[in-house]
Amino acid sequence: MAWQLLRRCLIFLISTAVASFLIFWIIDSDCGPARSALGIGGTEESVQALCTQMGLKRPLIVQYWEWITHAATGDFGVSYISRRAIGPQIFDQLSVTLWLVLGAIVVALVVALPLGMASALRHGKVSGNILAAISQIGIAIPAFVAALLLVLVFAVRLRWLPANGYVVPASDPAEFLRHMILPWLSLGLVQGAVLARYVRSAVLDELGQDYLRTARAKGLTPLQALRRHGLRNASIPVLTVIGVQLVTVLVGAVIIERIFTIPGIGKGLADAAQGQDLLTVQGMVLTLVVAALMISFLVDVLYNVIDPRLRQGAGR
Amino acid sequence: MSAPATRTPPKPKRRPLSPLVIFGLVVVLFIVLMALVSFFWTPFTPIYTDLKNRSVGPFTGGHWLGTDRTGRDIATRLMLGARTTLYVGIVAVGIAAIIGTPLGILAGMVRPGASEFIMRTNDILLAFPALLIALILAAKYGGSITTAMIAIGVASIPGFIRVIRSGTLQVMSTDYVKAARVAGRRGPAIAVRHVLPNVAGLVIVQASSAYAIAILAEAALSFLGLGAPPSVSSWGRMLYEGQSTMTTDPLVSVWPGVAIALAVLGFNLLGDGLRDRYDPRMAGSR
Amino acid sequence: MTTSSTPLSKADDEPVLRVTDLRISAVGIELVHGVDLTLLPGERVGIIGASGSGKTLTCMAIAGLLSGGLTASGSIRMSRVAGELVGARESVIAKIRGLRTGMVFQEPMTALNPTMRIGAQVAEVMWHHKKHRRAAARRLAVELLESTGLPDPERIAKAYPHQLSGGQRQRVVLAIALANRPDLLICDEPTTALDVTVQAKVLALINERVSDEGAALLFISHDLAVVAQVCDRVLVMYEGSVVESGDVLTVLTDPQHHHTKSLLRDTELTGGVGA
Repeated sequence: MAWQLLRRCLIFLISTAVASFLIFWIIDSDCGPARSALGIGGTEESVQALCTQMGLKRPLIVQYWEWITHAATGDFGVSYISRRAIGPQIFDQLSVTLWLVLGAIVVALVVALPLGMASALRHGKVSGNILAAISQIGIAIPAFVAALLLVLVFAVRLRWLPANGYVVPASDPAEFLRHMILPWLSLGLVQGAVLARYVRSAVLDELGQDYLRTARAKGLTPLQALRRHGLRNASIPVLTVIGVQLVTVLVGAVIIERIFTIPGIGKGLADAAQGQDLLTVQGMVLTLVVAALMISFLVDVLYNVIDPRLRQGAGR
Repeated sequence: MSAPATRTPPKPKRRPLSPLVIFGLVVVLFIVLMALVSFFWTPFTPIYTDLKNRSVGPFTGGHWLGTDRTGRDIATRLMLGARTTLYVGIVAVGIAAIIGTPLGILAGMVRPGASEFIMRTNDILLAFPALLIALILAAKYGGSITTAMIAIGVASIPGFIRVIRSGTLQVMSTDYVKAARVAGRRGPAIAVRHVLPNVAGLVIVQASSAYAIAILAEAALSFLGLGAPPSVSSWGRMLYEGQSTMTTDPLVSVWPGVAIALAVLGFNLLGDGLRDRYDPRMAGSR
Repeated sequence: MTTSSTPLSKADDEPVLRVTDLRISAVGIELVHGVDLTLLPGERVGIIGASGSGKTLTCMAIAGLLSGGLTASGSIRMSRVAGELVGARESVIAKIRGLRTGMVFQEPMTALNPTMRIGAQVAEVMWHHKKHRRAAARRLAVELLESTGLPDPERIAKAYPHQLSGGQRQRVVLAIALANRPDLLICDEPTTALDVTVQAKVLALINERVSDEGAALLFISHDLAVVAQVCDRVLVMYEGSVVESGDVLTVLTDPQHHHTKSLLRDTELTGGVGA
């Protein structure tokens, strides 16, 4: 078990290294940062001059090493465009995005688990098909369309909730929640619909399993059997999906943050990309990619914890 | 439930197409039709601004769906937007399919060690969603339709590799192929003669799923201002521009939003139907 | 025998199970045509027949585990249970399963929850019916595992199903079935999926444990030889009806129905009973 853990750790580290190098290579090759710093007005000579001055003429691997070792300690340098330190900026924005993402996941689970289970238990009946259809429609609605619709209804027409803005939770928890409800729903409802589909599929698979019959032979009602035995087994495929979904949620967060003007890393990234602030983009993308890889690593580990058949070579 | 076939597996009985799949097909065809017609005719010319009828509702002044803040006809822009959507989708999915399919077949045919290596690399690529790649490219080269297409295309490659590899592995395990290998057929010959025809169905299925994702991605990028420039009509762009008039004229945002949702739904349903047809084993339980 | 309205007396000759005119249908098509069956305490009855004869459906109906698309009519009654079991509510039947009846099914490889330890699965049937508290149930589980002949029961209790062989898993299933000392043990082809070498051992185990507990046994199989070793009486089913019944010796040596005769031909019995 420990050996497997080590192996996964190694894969995670190597993946991070490769991914970070890819990011660096795309951005910093061909004097990228120098060009964007000077903008349209820069002549080729001035670009080259700045290039040398910024140390971009050195071998790529040297530059990469310097960048990655600094990044590992949280030092992402200073942006040429905004003149702000990138590291602290990322940190502040990341915590905001974390609130958004966590809340959205909670909403998604609250929607997906009952919806998925119910439509699986009612498989073949009319109510089951209706529930399945609901999640099918939910899948097709992109997060930002959902966001716009929700804003239209709740903020513009009904005026119950604010259309945008962000309040730091520490200063005013009630206002913080009020501002986050629509963003959470926009991200979460859609994810919930997608997840519900997988939950339904996983539960349906489990319902046909023999061990549930044994459980019922012990005297458990179908619902008890599902709760005590089926769910744990059904959670295995669902977990992998959640891991993949997390990436989609992160992406969705970029859009949602823009719509609701939430100062998260998504908005920061979009702004930096528009302003062609390459160094900032570099730091932020690295953060997001490492986060995605880490999530995938954690899901792998969790997988092993839940399913004992995967621990060491399963003896059959 | 299934044993490896001794010859190419018999075609499964043709089940009647479910109404959902038909709906998806109809939606997709409608969008294609809209785009094609737009080459010859649109209700108004795209740059025409009806200054007398700005921000009007549907069926006013000859505008079926109304106009936006500058007086441009929404129906026209929707039709032109269909063009952009389909164009970006085709190029992006095309890139992904052309690069991903051979790599997927390769991954399915080489030794397990090499195959594992390719899949691990694939996993790294999966950590880069289309949006992220697009943001990087936009930051360096400025946002445009080209960067959007490349970004979405590259981001869709891992999906193809994964699915095609899976299908290739299944084909390789059939007795038919094993016999061919024993008879001395080399890799490339087997790939072209046996794997490709059997895997073609999977390519189509994956293409339609990837298409749905591409539509969303393009809309998202245009919405962020990183995709289609103002001169090109795009549904995502229309959403972007509609943001400023949310309170006064929300319909401007509703139409492109509905269009995007319908297109995604259509392609998803189509993809599901195709998947049930071409490979019921891999469809999973529904 | 006259039926009493509320069978609460503990008369020793009161049947553990009385099935009268049991019919099972699916979508309007009748699959089982009127089965009658009575089991006295400690009696062992076998039901044999080819697949599709309706024997498994009958067994599932008695257990209250008929799947959704099937409907049963007729009467199934158990001793010391007030009320009809056919059409009874799930909450009523669930209280009987695992407590008054135990079940062993055919496929041991998939019968156990793969993500739960063996000991916990055995213990569950005891604390679920509130016969014991959880801690006591856990300890008893180990004893139960030992009684089914599993070596090193402590280790097995901590193990997961995938670490056990088919024969071992079937022993675990038997332990679960007998945990609450039921009056009736129902076995549906319990040894069919096992290796030939293991079959005899598990069969002997069932024999032994049923004797120890004094429970009645309902044993379903397609194999006459197996039934002959374990049962006193046998019912032969063919296409949904009972075509012959009687004590095992008589049916084997002097079969009346043509189907019984063909079943006899298909078994490994050579000449006398007992192997």
